[in-house]
Amino acid sequence: MEDNIVLTMRGICMTFPGVKALDNVDFTLRKGEIHALMGENGAGKSTLIKCLTGINDFEAGEIRVNGIEGPVKNHSTLDAQKVGISTVYQEVNLCPNLSVAENLYIGREPMTPWRTIDRRTMNKKADELVKRLDIKVDVTQNLENYSLAIQQMIAIARAVDMECKVLILDEPTSSLDDSEVEKLFKMMLQLKAQGVGIVFVTHFLEQVYAVCDRITVLRNGTLVGEYPVAELPRVKLVAAMMGKDFDDLASIKPEGFTYDAKAPLEIEARGLSHKGTIKPFDLDIHQGEVIGLTGLLGSGRSELARAIYGADKAQTGTLKVGGKEVKINQPIDAMNMGMGLLPDDRKAEGIIGDLSVRENIILALQAKRGMFRQLSRAQQEEIADRYIDLLQIKTASRETPIKQLSGGNQQKAILARWLATDPDFLILDEPTRGIDIGTKTEIQKLIIKLAGEGKSVMFISSEIEEMLRTCNRMAVLRDGAKVGELEGELTQERVMAAIAGGAKDE
Amino acid sequence: MKAPANALKERKQMNSNTMLLIITIILFVILYAGGCIAYASKGFTNLQTFLNLFRTNAGLICVACGMTCVMLTGGIDISVGSLVALDCMLLAYGMSEWHMSAPVMILLVLVIGIVFGLFQGFCVGYLEIQPFIVTMAGMFFARGMTAVISTNQLSITAEINQLFYDLANFRIYLPFGGTVNRAGKLVMPYIGVGVVIALVVLIAIFLVLRYTKFGRSLYAVGGSEQSAAMMGLDVKKTKLKAYVLSSFLCSVGGICYCMNTMSASVSQATGMEMDAISSAVIGGTLLTGGVGNVIGSLFGVLINGTISTIVQTNGKLASSWPNILTAALLCFFIVLQSVFARIKEKSK
Repeated sequence: MEDNIVLTMRGICMTFPGVKALDNVDFTLRKGEIHALMGENGAGKSTLIKCLTGINDFEAGEIRVNGIEGPVKNHSTLDAQKVGISTVYQEVNLCPNLSVAENLYIGREPMTPWRTIDRRTMNKKADELVKRLDIKVDVTQNLENYSLAIQQMIAIARAVDMECKVLILDEPTSSLDDSEVEKLFKMMLQLKAQGVGIVFVTHFLEQVYAVCDRITVLRNGTLVGEYPVAELPRVKLVAAMMGKDFDDLASIKPEGFTYDAKAPLEIEARGLSHKGTIKPFDLDIHQGEVIGLTGLLGSGRSELARAIYGADKAQTGTLKVGGKEVKINQPIDAMNMGMGLLPDDRKAEGIIGDLSVRENIILALQAKRGMFRQLSRAQQEEIADRYIDLLQIKTASRETPIKQLSGGNQQKAILARWLATDPDFLILDEPTRGIDIGTKTEIQKLIIKLAGEGKSVMFISSEIEEMLRTCNRMAVLRDGAKVGELEGELTQERVMAAIAGGAKDE
Repeated sequence: MKAPANALKERKQMNSNTMLLIITIILFVILYAGGCIAYASKGFTNLQTFLNLFRTNAGLICVACGMTCVMLTGGIDISVGSLVALDCMLLAYGMSEWHMSAPVMILLVLVIGIVFGLFQGFCVGYLEIQPFIVTMAGMFFARGMTAVISTNQLSITAEINQLFYDLANFRIYLPFGGTVNRAGKLVMPYIGVGVVIALVVLIAIFLVLRYTKFGRSLYAVGGSEQSAAMMGLDVKKTKLKAYVLSSFLCSVGGICYCMNTMSASVSQATGMEMDAISSAVIGGTLLTGGVGNVIGSLFGVLINGTISTIVQTNGKLASSWPNILTAALLCFFIVLQSVFARIKEKSK
């Protein structure tokens, strides 16, 4: 192993039941570099990290760590820490009710001769550690008194103090604001100067170009390549992540209708925001329009929708629905104003597996009416049958538990749930993920049909072609902020260029 | 620069948990002072009345210390009242019917406490069953076993066991604070063996919680179980130890309790687990875990004791008043805790 290389992973393979999660992936980390690990969701970033930290067991391949003879195979995070690999996760894994010093040293506290904790030495050591890393805290205070960014840094300090050679930062910035990110970067650069190899996993493109030296891109469990940052401009990075060669993309003209700026407004958002998920945005949505939200995963697409819908209560800004200013505190308020949201996580937020198809379909309508005005059984059956027929939901009967249906049919049933409430404004977050191409087309047609009836639809999808086919206008998001809108002729090139953005060409 | 100013502000800001403890202490002082003013003629101002708070509640102090440790992990132990009853019954029955010596029975009670705790702790820690359910089963079991041993009301007299009787009635006189009784004789205030045991337990647990790895692990587990595990602490073992400690201290408390009542019956110490929990909560221990300490719980016990003493001294108030006042206090403290939590959230 060369001296300046701290970690190599060669030919890593890993299978989850039915899916090849990692296929022959290589990864190399050098001393004193910040190395971005990029890829869309499901690309295998976290799986690779988990193989490294011993949470996942990989099937083939080998890991070598500088200074250690032979291949390394970790079986737990503790094992990984012993060979000098420390991980700091998105959620801070510290105890808020203990002091900063205790959080730094718990489990390995300095002891007095009487086998009690030597608090004075512990505080002194902790103080030296935070000073060395330039974190301005009082180590005797409880951790909960400090901001999330500081807590994140304390977590890193703990990792660094355990003699780590490889520091993995898994989405550390996703809940931090700009100034906090700035502080974190300063610390990362300082550690880099001390020779620590840092693996930086993030969805934020800006941040990659701000601190990283090298980028490794994964897609669908395979290695796309390793590039020095200077040789991989944004647009190429996005193309690499999405699996499209930028120059070869064929233009697909959107079918259907065009954007009509004169149509009456359904939704008028001004300066809406939710701390940590979406920065203030303005957005107009007309009646009879399909507006697409585009951007990389984690760019704030779902979060924008959630802020409008009240799933994440907006902390700033105003919202007008149908011309009237409204206050939405929780989803039921939004539902009563004629909104519907089809969430992207079908399993967790959408279906209720043990209930029947009928019960799943009438759920939202019943919730909207309130529990004291129950729909009669006959009404329920009538509604369920109508939508099973309309959407061609393939089910043994309307009383079949929904978990027995295929993913595509579950999705249709949830769509039926919202259609049953007769919404004026429907938000569809990844409605076609994981379903077959035929059903996809049906759903796309349905969206266009709804718009034709004068309803407004917000459509969120990771597949650009699908968006091009269905949307007549797009809002572009990047790094948790709305950065622009695309009207007129929508092409893949325009959309991808907008997603990639760039500090100068905007 | 903004950061140093912030650090300074945070340094000055008093820890809200310390504040809660101070409020508890102030409340106790006010209550007791109120009692002194209202019932000065009935001997409330005597030092002995104050010491009696400890004498009658020595058992509860031990039990509350154990309860605090369990609550710190985010758990609860509602078996303690029944276990105290079982301990008393064992002591009384063992000495009167089996004619065992006091040290043997005391040792047996302590061992049973540890075994009981091992079992409950194993269920909670390793089998990951809800502590409420586990200790509820423990509660029914201990109460049931008490009835199996005997359904009679037993008393421990000097004839049954001279050593235990002497131990229970042993008086440690204080060298100050004496009062003149009706016969004109100077009586010095005294405490019993139970009070000494309770104070030793209290100090020991205070030190354990603050200065040992085990003590800090209790806080860490209560603060965030997942984080504690990620930082390399053995969460399961910590929980097991907490329940063993609770049941052991409960047995110690049972012995103190028995020395105070010198009797045993099936219905003894019913609701003692609730007294222990309410004392801990009034003393600033959070049910969600991670916050609290035994000094607070001590004052929780003393506040509950003072209320009882006031109601007894008054003589005219219905005996249900202590419950109502405790309920009011609990509400007050829970509201206060959530207000503090909100302030903290806002100041962030």
